[in-house]
Amino acid sequence: MTQMPSVQISRRFFRVWQRNFSVYRQNWKISFIPPLLEPLFYLLAFGVGLSALVGDIQYKGNEISYVRFIAPALIAINIMYNAFFENTYGSFVRMYYQKTFDAMMATPLSVEEIITGEIIWGATKSVIATAIMMAVISLFGLIRYPQGLLIIPLALLGGIAFGSVGMFITGITTHIELFNLPIFLFITPMFLFSGTFFPIENLPLWAQHLADFLPLTHLVNLTRSLSSGLLEASMLWALGYFLVFCIIFFPLAVHRMHRRLIK
Amino acid sequence: MKNVIEAKHLRKIFGDFVAVDDISFEVLPGECFGILGPNGAGKTSTIRMLYGFSPMTGGILKVFGLPMPGCFRAVKARTGVCQQENNLDPDLTVIQNLEVFARYFDIPKAPAREKAENLLKFMALDHRREAKAIELSGGMKRRLVLARALINEPELLILDEPTTGLDPQSRHQVWDRLEALRGKGLSILLTTHYMDEASRLCDRLMIMDHGRVLVQGRPVDLIRKYAGHDIIEIVEPADVLKAHVRTQNLEYEDLGHRLIIYIHESGDRLYHEISDRYCTEGCIMRMATLEDVFLRLTGRELRE
Ligand SMILES: Nc1ncnc2c1ncn2[C@@H]1O[C@H](COP(=O)(O)OP(=O)(O)OP(=O)(O)O)[C@@H](O)[C@H]1O
Ligand SMILES: [Mg+2]
Repeated sequence: MTQMPSVQISRRFFRVWQRNFSVYRQNWKISFIPPLLEPLFYLLAFGVGLSALVGDIQYKGNEISYVRFIAPALIAINIMYNAFFENTYGSFVRMYYQKTFDAMMATPLSVEEIITGEIIWGATKSVIATAIMMAVISLFGLIRYPQGLLIIPLALLGGIAFGSVGMFITGITTHIELFNLPIFLFITPMFLFSGTFFPIENLPLWAQHLADFLPLTHLVNLTRSLSSGLLEASMLWALGYFLVFCIIFFPLAVHRMHRRLIK
Repeated sequence: MKNVIEAKHLRKIFGDFVAVDDISFEVLPGECFGILGPNGAGKTSTIRMLYGFSPMTGGILKVFGLPMPGCFRAVKARTGVCQQENNLDPDLTVIQNLEVFARYFDIPKAPAREKAENLLKFMALDHRREAKAIELSGGMKRRLVLARALINEPELLILDEPTTGLDPQSRHQVWDRLEALRGKGLSILLTTHYMDEASRLCDRLMIMDHGRVLVQGRPVDLIRKYAGHDIIEIVEPADVLKAHVRTQNLEYEDLGHRLIIYIHESGDRLYHEISDRYCTEGCIMRMATLEDVFLRLTGRELRE
């Protein structure tokens, strides 16, 4: 029988987080640029270019400008992207090419702590990107405060959810090129069909039901409500969705990576 | 005093492939113990079980008297490991690599910095302190990995091919440092493909092949027992010589283009006889080495 030590997670996962933060600080000037410029590009393209065609949009019974409609969605999309890409490409490079995890496994860190640290780091990148984007978007007066500040902890929760999925996929991916597949099947459809650039109600009914299963749909709803200063009971459902999502995918990711790393 | 490592009937199976097949050995406090073996012999697989990287398939293992893998945290905290591959953080500087590693052991910032500076001096890397790890030469990378393995002031140092790919100068420097560490009472377990390294550093060693231990002992004893005292090597031996050797009740290996004779006492008399009567050149006599033992026991065919 193979003897395994039982699952071990302690505060030590923070050491893994710190390692990633140390590397991030080496290149922080470059890492800052995308979340700073991206919303500007989008707001320019959609706000100036497209909104002339689209005009105002019906959202929860109110007429709102198209820019106001998509700005919170941009934040939600970035929460998804940052965590997902960090825990797929980023983690894969560390695991497979740099053998960073192997080196860590010669120290008192456990595999569970390594993976937890990686996922929390991915979520941290979501939070950093969110804060920068919010600063830019706020300049246009598109976020209402103080409710909008709740988007920051939401970014952490959303980051853990998408990071866990990413980490799970990393645990079963043999080659870095293969990440194209989940991106094509999972990330891109969400980017387009989660009520990001047009209201979900514009979709056929069956597609609306499908969209209700997608995590980004719920995240977009939450960022949109918070940006408009709304605090509604329905938001608890979306929060509950994310909690359940994390409770399923986080252990699944840890388990998969455990199987992958322990040889 | 207790054994630092006590391994009994260790086994490691990948799927249906037996990588480590029932091996037992001890490492005593303060000694340098070597594991030799051809590619794929199971050295790395063995070592990984020792420091809790991979779970054992079977057997009993105690490190510092603590049962593994149950006590993996306590054991790892007191062990320094230099893995076969250089897995430094390429984006971090030399000093940062050490400091980040120190955090994994919960060493506070100030002592970590001090230890890191000392280790850089010890490994003659202080002049490259601020260089990115990716910019270092192969030899410097290896020395940095070694320095990193010492950051937690381990009682046991586990080294998987510490000098592979190093130039002679770097190898000698690493040997010096390892001898200094052993002088301070550190126990060392190392694998190597260099027989001169094993002879110089190891108090005791074992030779593995196909996941099993072939022999175990002190290098000199192994040489005396399995290769003798002197070796006579003849290149392109004449048939008459081969015929002569066959009649002489000698230990020899006939490799076709090369004939190797193992002599347990002094080889002077036989050497003169052979060189006078059978060959004027291409015939040498030398001391038996660990390499002779290794090749004799594990064969001369290529692995993998
Ligand atoms: N994760 C793994 N899955 C399957 N087989 C493995 C795995 N790791 C090692 N092996 C096999 O186990 C055997 C022993 O490998 P190991 O790495 O221990 O050899 P080694 O003695 O360290 O060799 P080398 O001198 O080349 O480093 C090899 O045949 C190898 O292919
Ligand atoms: Mg090896």
